[in-house]
Amino acid sequence: MIEVAERMPIPRGLYCNFPLGRPLGRPNDAAFQRRVLDAAFELLDAPAPTLVTFPDVILDEVDAPLACPMPARLDPSLPPAVDEARGLRPAYERAQTDGLRTAVDVDAVEPALRAFARIVDGTPWDQAEVPDNPLTAALNIRAYYEQAAAALADHVPAARAGESWFARETAAGALMHAAQQTMKGAGAPFPFWFYLLPASQHRLT
Amino acid sequence: MTADQDMRAAMATLPVPELDGHPFTTPRPLAEATVAIVTTAGLHRAGEDTFGLLDPAYRVLPHGDSDLRMSHNSQNFDRTGLMLDRNVAFPADRLDEMAADGTVGSVAPNHLSFMGAQQDLSTILLDTGPAAARFLIDQGTDVVLLTPV
Repeated sequence: MIEVAERMPIPRGLYCNFPLGRPLGRPNDAAFQRRVLDAAFELLDAPAPTLVTFPDVILDEVDAPLACPMPARLDPSLPPAVDEARGLRPAYERAQTDGLRTAVDVDAVEPALRAFARIVDGTPWDQAEVPDNPLTAALNIRAYYEQAAAALADHVPAARAGESWFARETAAGALMHAAQQTMKGAGAPFPFWFYLLPASQHRLT
Repeated sequence: MTADQDMRAAMATLPVPELDGHPFTTPRPLAEATVAIVTTAGLHRAGEDTFGLLDPAYRVLPHGDSDLRMSHNSQNFDRTGLMLDRNVAFPADRLDEMAADGTVGSVAPNHLSFMGAQQDLSTILLDTGPAAARFLIDQGTDVVLLTPV
């Protein structure tokens, strides 16, 4: 946020209008990342504090959910989100290559989905046995889904496309919307319902 | 507006801490310098505890360790970029290439990660921030590349 950077006493800053979460701009694009780094290191020659804007702009695509093949329902007797999450497990496992991964507690995903389903069905949120806390549980579910989506997609997703796929196209996303609305209505602490989903995905009434 | 444009607009008037002075040094030439990454992507080594809610601590990331995890607590940024390519926020491979072609002198033996989306900065300003700076200096770092997340 350049407005914040301009008010801070930073010695050398390269402002990049890139998606949040992608400070070097493009995943799997070494040449582009190198351009950004070269521009940043050029600032070492500046004789005084400086803040420069990198010329390229990359925007997120929050309104273009990732096109991602979903597994068929395996067990209609299960809550939809639980059945869906189980179906994504092979894709999630394929995404577990060497390298950086979001810290996912795989064993907590299904219990968390079941807990949020109980909340939607009327169980008070603090009695629904949400693993850890609602915020951590929600992040864990989303990370599991996005890791699976990364394996299912045949291209590098645009920024926020995976987030939108999760929130708008999956049964788990629908469940999180319903849980968010329910918890808000029940007077749950603000952080625990507000941060169940990214602010860009909220449908609160 | 895009989601990030909305987020930036909402955060544009965030209060910032008042700091004394304006730090600025002139390091040795980049081709002779040791460079470290400090990221706020919430990265840590596999098996370490995840970052807690509003956690002001930093984690040490040995340069050769390729088995890292991200446990950043914020919902409000794209996570898939890092899932696909750590270099989009933690450009360790890019620094290796720059050291190999002589652009940078060397890559530091360790990098650091904080977690962004903080609210109260007092612990970072008074404790973990200075401790991180001392760590970087003690390991011979000349230049820090800060990647904000």
